[in-house]
Amino acid sequence: MKNILLPLLGMAALLPGAALAETIAITNAEIHTLGRAGVITHGTLVIRDHRIEAVGENLAPPPGARIIDAAGKPVTPGLFDAYTSLGLKEIDGVSESVDTGARKSRLSAALDAADAFNPRSTLIPVSRVEGLTRAATAPQAEGDSLFAGQGAVVSLGSLSNWLVKPKAAMYADLGESGAKIAGGSRSATWATLREYLEEVRRAGTPRLNPDHPSALGLLDVEALKPVLAGEEPLVVYVNRASDILSALKFAEDNNLRLVVRGGAEAWLVAPQLAAQRVPVILDPRLDLPQRFESLAARADAAALLNKAGVMLAISLDDDFDTHNARNLRQLAGNAVTHGLDREAALAAITLNPARIYGVDSTLGSLEPGKIADVVVWDGDPLETTSFPRTVLIEGNEVPPRSRQTELRDRYMEKLKLGPYAKK
Amino acid sequence: MRRHFCGAALAALLLGACGQEQDQGRQPYSSTYTPPAAEAVLIQHATVLTGTGSRIDDGDVLVQNRKIAQVGKGIAPPAGAAVVDAQNRWVTPGIIDPHSHLGVYPSPEVWATQDGNEATSPTTPNVWSEHSVWPQDPGFEQAREGGVTSMLILPGSANLIGGRGTLLKNVPATTYQEMKFPGAPQVLKMACGENPKRVYGKDRQQFPSTWMGDVAGYRAAFAKAAEYKAKRDAAKKGKDKGPDRDLGMDTLADVLDGKILVEMHCYRADQMATMLDVAQEFKFRIAAFHHAVEAYKIGPLLKAHDTCAVMWADWWGFKLEAYDGIRENIAMVDAAGACATVHSDDPIGVQRLNQEAGKAMAAGWRAGLDIPRERAIRWITANPAKALGVADRVGTLEPGKDGDVVVWSTDPFSVYAQADLVYIDGVLRFDRAHPPPLPDSDFKLGILGQGEEMP
Repeated sequence: MKNILLPLLGMAALLPGAALAETIAITNAEIHTLGRAGVITHGTLVIRDHRIEAVGENLAPPPGARIIDAAGKPVTPGLFDAYTSLGLKEIDGVSESVDTGARKSRLSAALDAADAFNPRSTLIPVSRVEGLTRAATAPQAEGDSLFAGQGAVVSLGSLSNWLVKPKAAMYADLGESGAKIAGGSRSATWATLREYLEEVRRAGTPRLNPDHPSALGLLDVEALKPVLAGEEPLVVYVNRASDILSALKFAEDNNLRLVVRGGAEAWLVAPQLAAQRVPVILDPRLDLPQRFESLAARADAAALLNKAGVMLAISLDDDFDTHNARNLRQLAGNAVTHGLDREAALAAITLNPARIYGVDSTLGSLEPGKIADVVVWDGDPLETTSFPRTVLIEGNEVPPRSRQTELRDRYMEKLKLGPYAKK
Repeated sequence: MRRHFCGAALAALLLGACGQEQDQGRQPYSSTYTPPAAEAVLIQHATVLTGTGSRIDDGDVLVQNRKIAQVGKGIAPPAGAAVVDAQNRWVTPGIIDPHSHLGVYPSPEVWATQDGNEATSPTTPNVWSEHSVWPQDPGFEQAREGGVTSMLILPGSANLIGGRGTLLKNVPATTYQEMKFPGAPQVLKMACGENPKRVYGKDRQQFPSTWMGDVAGYRAAFAKAAEYKAKRDAAKKGKDKGPDRDLGMDTLADVLDGKILVEMHCYRADQMATMLDVAQEFKFRIAAFHHAVEAYKIGPLLKAHDTCAVMWADWWGFKLEAYDGIRENIAMVDAAGACATVHSDDPIGVQRLNQEAGKAMAAGWRAGLDIPRERAIRWITANPAKALGVADRVGTLEPGKDGDVVVWSTDPFSVYAQADLVYIDGVLRFDRAHPPPLPDSDFKLGILGQGEEMP
């Protein structure tokens, strides 16, 4: 009985409103605000009613505030992963636990990640104890449609109020995988996309050829309207430089808000991306010609894109984009090793994802009025050996527990390792 | 004879090594790697992690005649030696990846290159991964820039018994024989669990479709191998004409003779324990369990069997058998006194095995385990050398060992560490300050820089 109740109490503490809103002052901190204040070396951050009230050099903590002494260590905004499938899959090899794609569905663009999201996924505590507080969770293109569906921005700190922004973006696959889906060539990809948009434009008018079956369902058409109106970003997976230029032209012709994901060769067309203000979601580890569409991949791509003025988000682009979303700070560290400015690297895993999905008025930086997603680190947040000391999501402290800490503790004790050796 | 064949175009294609001198008495498939002569190198004033468990601050390493000659403090440079001032830098043995598919699952990852799984039968001890190795895989040089000087190239895990694997030195080459680690034992790749029963049972309704089917498959193969070996042994004593030649049985009989080491893909603790029983039944030893996501649950059992665990720092959850993966796996196996090693199994991960070890070390610290850096470095140097049967040759900086040495820009466990200098058998094979003007891989030529001067 005791064993069942304890974790439940821990979870209740995460629900905003379930616990009394605490006033917290994080003192003696090296605060990476990601805002206009830049880095504050001897800073104090005050949190009241789940929001950041004040941040500054040597501020006096308000009376009655709970003090968290950062001991001079870095404090950053909660990490924000620009591309995951968190809450949509538990174990890739167990299809019953996977809701990322729908190979046999008649619908595509209409598929909404928020409908499937499971806030009790064991991946969420595993991720948030490592400082991940927000994520875009996205479906994946499977089957016959270029459109994977719509993603959502979610909080990793609530079982009830996890939905930060529904329909935050539409996702599509272009390049090699898009060509395969569209029937076998890149030309087919673009012709198909143009026809889709034409179908959305003509929605409600009589069809020229009523016998020709539509590729889009009614709700697909509805879902694409805000994309065509330039209200909802279209995140396209695309790597080859020429494919990126085609995507830029397509976005310009149709007034779309484009985001490039993948972007292995984006550095070759960085000026064009910067000029059109198209962000790139990049995995800076991917420096091999693993595909013919990524022959020019290189380890310093993140630095080159940033230098050219392209807005950059860093996220894993491999089979572990969800289970190991927690590793995005290691990716950012590798980008720094290969020349990316340190604060730009931090922005790529905090503020820039918030900007890409249009939630930066409340998230992504440590500035007064923003939601208090805050991580107190025990060292350089991008370093392999560092770890969060405290993680706050909307001002609520994340319990330092997950399925993995329970497994660890069980076997440390059973095998009498380390601290258990003497007992 | 062999040189004569080199005149023929077809033979040239098959051998891929025309123009390169081959000894008349050379064993087929044996290594043709001979490190070129190189001047002696004295690396001075570094923080040296020797791989033996020691750390030397302000330490020196002398590499001479392809071997580690001396390790200590204040070593005088021999006449003619190059001197590297490594103040504020760190020195370690060359990194060894005990589980790689470079060359057999190379970049680019297209049908024509994917030669790692002979997934046409659940038991294929007859195939050798080295025959699939494409030396032009651009992944080799990227791994070298990450300080990796040797890696075990394994077949994939579709099969219960996947075939022989081979250790390579990470030197640029045109043929795999020019990379083959001279004298290293071959290994046998075997696989537990979900992969074989998925590939054959779930996808094709063939044997095996269950874990008990997997186990029956290993046992049947080794029962047959025991008979083959008995006939082979009798023939050696002149008491039997010997068995009809069977390439697969040759491999398994060599395992029973202890000449080929068993490297077994296995995730779950209970399945590793079952495999230790299978090995006991047929009197062979499992050198290492690979992936071993649940090794932390059975550290003492692994120690008792002198079987290594070859692990990722943090891969988990992609299959049910990987659901119990934890960051502390490597540190907990080490703390239990078993042989813990880090592997990549990945062309991207192999480039930063040092960082993977760093994450695993720090996870151990947080669990209250005392793991100094001079111990953790063994997870990617001395321990994989042990798991692959070459601990007498590589894995530590001790006089007489191969001159495989990495000079790191800073603490090698840091995300910011880069391999500045990579020596393999005393030859400088990567120098970050003087990168080669063109990539080593033929495949990477001509991709960039063409037509940039045109409008």
